[in-house]
Amino acid sequence: MSDLNQKAVALYGGNFLKEVEERVEDGEWVSMCMQCGVCAGSCPLGPHWEHSPQKIFRMIMAGKREEVLTSDSVWMCTSCYTCIVRCPRKLPITHIMHGLAHYAHRLDVAPKGQPTRELAKIFWNSLIRTGRVNELKFSLGVYFKDGFSQGIKNLLGMQGVALGLMKAKRLNPMEILGGHKCKDIGGIQKMLAKAQEIEARRQI
Amino acid sequence: MAEMKTAAYICSGCGLGDKLDVSQLAKIAQREGKMALVREHAFLCNSEGVQMIRDDIEKEEVTHVCIAACSRRAKTEAFNFPDIAMTRANLREGVIWVVSEGAEHDEVRQEMADDYVRMACAELKKAKVPAGNPNHTHLKNILVVGGGMSGMTAALEAAEAGYEVILVEKQGSLGGWAGKLYKRVPFKAPYAEPQETGVAELAARVSAHPLIAVHLNTTVAETSGAPGRYAIKLAQESGAVTEIAAGSIVQATGFTTYDIKKLPELGGGLDHVVDHAGLESLAKASNGGPIRRADGKEVKSVVFLQCAGQRDEAHLPYCSGHCCATSIKQAMYFKDANPEVSTIVVYDDLRVPGMGEDFYRSAQHKDVIFSKGKASKVESSGSGCKVTYRDLILDTDLVLDADLVVLATGQVPSSGVNVADWDRLTKEAEGGSEEARQQRNDLKRISILNLTYRQGPDLPKLKYGFADSHFICFPYETQRTGIYTAGPVRRPMDIYQATEDATGAALKAIQAAENASLGRAAHPRAGDLSYPMVRLEGCTQCKRCTVECPFGAIDEDEKRFPVFNEQRCRRCGTCMGACPVRVISFENYSVDTVGSQIKAVEIPDEFSEKPRILVLACENDAYPALDMAGLSRIVYSAFVRVIPVRCLGSVNTIWITDALNSGYDGVMMMGCRKGDEYQCHFVKGSELAGYRMSKIGDTLTQMGLEPQRVSTYEIAITDNARIAGLINDYVAELVELGPSPMKGFG
Repeated sequence: MSDLNQKAVALYGGNFLKEVEERVEDGEWVSMCMQCGVCAGSCPLGPHWEHSPQKIFRMIMAGKREEVLTSDSVWMCTSCYTCIVRCPRKLPITHIMHGLAHYAHRLDVAPKGQPTRELAKIFWNSLIRTGRVNELKFSLGVYFKDGFSQGIKNLLGMQGVALGLMKAKRLNPMEILGGHKCKDIGGIQKMLAKAQEIEARRQI
Repeated sequence: MAEMKTAAYICSGCGLGDKLDVSQLAKIAQREGKMALVREHAFLCNSEGVQMIRDDIEKEEVTHVCIAACSRRAKTEAFNFPDIAMTRANLREGVIWVVSEGAEHDEVRQEMADDYVRMACAELKKAKVPAGNPNHTHLKNILVVGGGMSGMTAALEAAEAGYEVILVEKQGSLGGWAGKLYKRVPFKAPYAEPQETGVAELAARVSAHPLIAVHLNTTVAETSGAPGRYAIKLAQESGAVTEIAAGSIVQATGFTTYDIKKLPELGGGLDHVVDHAGLESLAKASNGGPIRRADGKEVKSVVFLQCAGQRDEAHLPYCSGHCCATSIKQAMYFKDANPEVSTIVVYDDLRVPGMGEDFYRSAQHKDVIFSKGKASKVESSGSGCKVTYRDLILDTDLVLDADLVVLATGQVPSSGVNVADWDRLTKEAEGGSEEARQQRNDLKRISILNLTYRQGPDLPKLKYGFADSHFICFPYETQRTGIYTAGPVRRPMDIYQATEDATGAALKAIQAAENASLGRAAHPRAGDLSYPMVRLEGCTQCKRCTVECPFGAIDEDEKRFPVFNEQRCRRCGTCMGACPVRVISFENYSVDTVGSQIKAVEIPDEFSEKPRILVLACENDAYPALDMAGLSRIVYSAFVRVIPVRCLGSVNTIWITDALNSGYDGVMMMGCRKGDEYQCHFVKGSELAGYRMSKIGDTLTQMGLEPQRVSTYEIAITDNARIAGLINDYVAELVELGPSPMKGFG
């Protein structure tokens, strides 16, 4: 268990609803859920989740901290926003799901190797280095995240698509050598640093 | 009034003149109907037409008017002649709008119109202008029984309207349950916080009002009489009895809470388990500070169990409506005193009627936790309670530890004696059972109104013990004229609904007293001056009228003759339909007025292939539905002849046998829905009619007729399309059966 996580447990003494309200982005909305289940019925990925948003909210209220934070379900949201549109209590459900995922990630209790989590990490690292996402390096990063031989298998599987993209001049193989940066990378990094500083104020 | 002089007016407006031979109708009115005066008019309901009738009444001394035009339900303002007798032949909605178009139908259409004119003329000669009840009294004050929120509001509303009120309360102070509350749910935007109850202020206003006399520590020992002349004995705790008189009565006796000891599985009876009322007294004691249990410990965690013994066939089968909002309010008591208190509401369905949804949201903002689930067990855990429940969202069993458990038990109406039990015990006691007599005496002790009525000492119950008549069609009405119920004795409700209810009931009570003082009927025949008249010398003391009257209007004297309390009567005529010797009648509605119409119809012979079907249609639902069929131009068979009746309960079997004897091929009886979900305006008229008709089979067999020749139907006012189908199907069935063998003997 990470230090941060232990700190959070100690701070809230089992009152998980309060922890979510204070620490998770848009978490103060959770107590307004009236358990109607419209979100669960509306989610296009519904059958693939272990816990629907309705259940996640109920689990938060019932104090099921570990089950919520280690849940794979909050990572499954595709941001289609159907639940937000339909929620009769106007809960920003998509944002709360992302907020929970982010919080679990920060406390380092989120499921290890969860594909969405890994993809997000690679995306973020690619982004902050040059100020823009290098498509080639990003794709390669994702293909090889599960080891070298799996990476080769993924590459071979995708070669037709890659060749088509190169033919259409949509993919430049030279980008592998570092690729181009945005104009003011220093400015972007300063901006990101400031954002992180602001966020750290609400974190533990 | 001078001698009877009849006149018939035949209208040819609204297309009547194009589709019918109006001069032939005039001839029929004159020659067959024997009308002294017959006039035709092209637009009878315009000012000129109405003036013509007025002139005739004045100059020609016409006393009886037959109007052959539209339905009796149309143009009632134009054809309003209160001082003369009037009948209407329904040629528009009843004939030209419902008979198929085209020349090939001219003959049957004209025959139908001819018959309606004959019927209206025949009825006219039997009708009298109701003179009004000579026995009316002038008491207009109102007795309110119960000094809770409903009773105080009813008293105040009636007093503000200028009527004297006598308010009777069993307890030593006004306020009832509402007076025991710490706070109440909000009635106004933003519906966010519990509010002061306002009971003390209301009680002070009631006590100070010059038109209200408050009797505390008092119960009703006896109620006799009728609207406009109730004689009531009030018993004080001390034993003293005061006699008072009142014009009408509002019963606002409220409810009692369901005994939590009957819910041992939910911890009823344990130390730290209370019901809503119990929590209110804890909250009142803490007065805004942290809420403490009976043993003085501050409550840090509380669990509310909703629907405790409610919506449960083993306890109360219904929802009491207020408990979800009440639990929300009580959870706020804890959160407002100390936000750290854990408050969990376990519900099956959270139901917050009215603007309660905002109140619910406000509690969610305060972090009151709501969990959909069903509790199975509450046990003592030494210092507190352990609640085991099934979480229906997570589908797992959860256990909660709580310092205090609050059970949301329901409202049980304080409605006194169950009149059905009373009836049964009375019969057994009359049969000589000493035990039944004893039980009957025990029952009498819990009676609220102690009515001296033949049909029992309290109001009949509609469902689950609530004293009501029909909560959608006639709110506040009971099955006893002049006595109105308000508040939770009528149906479960909260304070806000009870105050609205009380206002409605107070206005109803005022109407009842006013109508009684004018000798008029109350709803639904409001304003009717006719009343049942009985020829006692012909009475055989069979008691059918006294037993069957839906409103308990008829008592019995020492010699077992019926005693009519006209002010209690709603003028449905159920007694008239019941009477086997036909000694009961109304001045404008009797066995004769309908019987003569039945006989006035011309019955074609069996070779004409023109069956005749008599339709007796309830004037409240079936007859309007027939009119509505006409308005929407829905075609039905021209072989029917419709007679409106006050209620199917007023149908005397003599009409049926007369009709069949004179050669009708069949009789359709159209009434309202009966049974538990009845829609009958007179409670059990259609049910009684159904019962009577089920016994008519023997008579039909004796006459050599098939049982299908009499059939009953349940019709709602919206059934205009269905009613035409029913008529056509029945006509087809009778055509198949062949003509009645009675034709030609009538």
